[in-house]
Amino acid sequence: MFALQRREFHQFQGGGREFLYLVPSAAVFELDEPGRAVLDFLDGTTCSEDCLVDGLSARFPAPLIRETILDLLNARAIGLEHLQDGEGPKQLPMMPFPLNTLVLNVTNQCNLACTYCYEYGEDKIVDTEHGQQSKFMSETTAREAVDLLLKESGRVAHMTFFGGETLLNFPVLKSTIAYARAQAAAAGKTIDFSLTTNATLLRTDIIEFLAENEIGVTISMDGPKDLQNKFRIFHNGAGSYEVVAPKIKELLKTHRTRPIGARVTLTSETIDVTRIYRHLTEEFGFWEVGFAPVTTSPQQQYAISDHGFDRMLGQFRELGQEFLEHAVENRHHGFSNVKDTLEEIHKGVSKAYPCGAGLGLLGVSTDGDIAVCHRFAGSDKHKLGTVKTGIDRAAQADFLEQHHIADKTDCHTCWARPLCSGGCYHEAHVRYGTTRRPNLHYCEWIRGWTDTCLQIYGELAVRNPDFIARFDRDEARAEAVL
Amino acid sequence: MTHLKPINRKAHRVVDLTKANDGRDVVALQQLPAPPHFPLGCSLAFSPGWEADSTGGTAGLCQPVERDIFDCHLGCFWPAHVPDQLNHSPNWTGTCATAQKDWRKLDLVFPG
Repeated sequence: MFALQRREFHQFQGGGREFLYLVPSAAVFELDEPGRAVLDFLDGTTCSEDCLVDGLSARFPAPLIRETILDLLNARAIGLEHLQDGEGPKQLPMMPFPLNTLVLNVTNQCNLACTYCYEYGEDKIVDTEHGQQSKFMSETTAREAVDLLLKESGRVAHMTFFGGETLLNFPVLKSTIAYARAQAAAAGKTIDFSLTTNATLLRTDIIEFLAENEIGVTISMDGPKDLQNKFRIFHNGAGSYEVVAPKIKELLKTHRTRPIGARVTLTSETIDVTRIYRHLTEEFGFWEVGFAPVTTSPQQQYAISDHGFDRMLGQFRELGQEFLEHAVENRHHGFSNVKDTLEEIHKGVSKAYPCGAGLGLLGVSTDGDIAVCHRFAGSDKHKLGTVKTGIDRAAQADFLEQHHIADKTDCHTCWARPLCSGGCYHEAHVRYGTTRRPNLHYCEWIRGWTDTCLQIYGELAVRNPDFIARFDRDEARAEAVL
Repeated sequence: MTHLKPINRKAHRVVDLTKANDGRDVVALQQLPAPPHFPLGCSLAFSPGWEADSTGGTAGLCQPVERDIFDCHLGCFWPAHVPDQLNHSPNWTGTCATAQKDWRKLDLVFPG
């Protein structure tokens, strides 16, 4: 008789039920009593089928146990001790991989001087002040970027404008959108647009343009006045809250064609998730609020420490609970970190790469160099071609070869790897000096947060399965439009 | 699956895969199938067919290939149609003393 043992999975509870998150398949199953008993029995030990049947005979009849074992074997929650499933071959994506999103850094200049900014602070990759790069993207370069996107994309293409402060180059943004619409129509493709801004330069005519053209807008903002003004300051040191608040209110009032979100950077000094969320949704009326810890080397005072990550996780959990209660009653809640993760859990995403950077998403610097993503725009080390000459497919293949999860050995024992896959390349570059390393400094936080989202997912599966079925319906609707 | 309820999309795919495969699968000997492995077909008669053996070798395979006709149609099920020597065509191989030399003499059999 061959010994059975547990395979890789993460067990969690939700809505009073027991669930399994299987690794690396990322399948989520609900366990029944015998299933749970078999897995408990095999915890820390190995045992043959007959020994399991004997061991559990007081609680369950033998045929039931055998049936359960077969189910668990089929799902690969357990397996034969002498036959390991292995990681599977390292499979690189099919090339040429279609380009889905192109992020244009239309300027590398900014009218704010946020202390923590990765682009200008001590952790910067490119010297935008004294470097060779042009400070603003020209109309010609932007048009070349549009041509590249439409040539390399599938039927739908996304173009995102970024900076610096994006709106410092509003004229180019405006003419590029008109050009892109015409070119997309000629090519029979659909294109949509979005941008990120600090809101300081919003004006009535700009807001009207954004609304008319259905441009998705994300506002970088850190919350109430005291938190916003701590880091998000002008070059003279003055806080930006007073300037942006009325402009954002006007934007949210006028621009109703796309939901508008806020993106909050959390630092060791501004971890106050619930207060920030309340302020941005209730005071301003943002549809969604997403939070991200600041990207920085650990020696900066505002860097979030282990203790800070614990605090942040506690606050995320509280707000996540609120999201859950809303979702159970089919009410909207704008904590986008939960929603995004729930969607990935529902689809059963198991990633070879942490994000789409270098794959379906690329960044473009002001002078037209293509980069892994917008955060590396202008860096010669992370260049993947130019908008004039096209994507350097060899460099791209090399990047994908080097960054595959199969080579991140630290991740191989982590149950959260299907969703995390090592985390942000830029974060790793700032922290460890290389994009190839996984972000080991926030593993506990990632596992804690993934576990929280799995619990919310499990509870929704019990209390309001229709909420998660919505992800399928939304996708079906999007495909139907195509 | 009765003891695991699929919740997310990937879990449903796992269940579909399990349904499509009733637990039995065709495996190459080189894949080192999980013991106990009960090979079906020629392997039962200890004369492996065209496949490489579990070490990747070919030395022990049926040689000459013509011998397969005899090995397979007597020893086990032959997937191509071979005359039924037990009932209808007992003398089908009567002219074929040595398959290596005489295999051309094996003739077609027409239902009479």
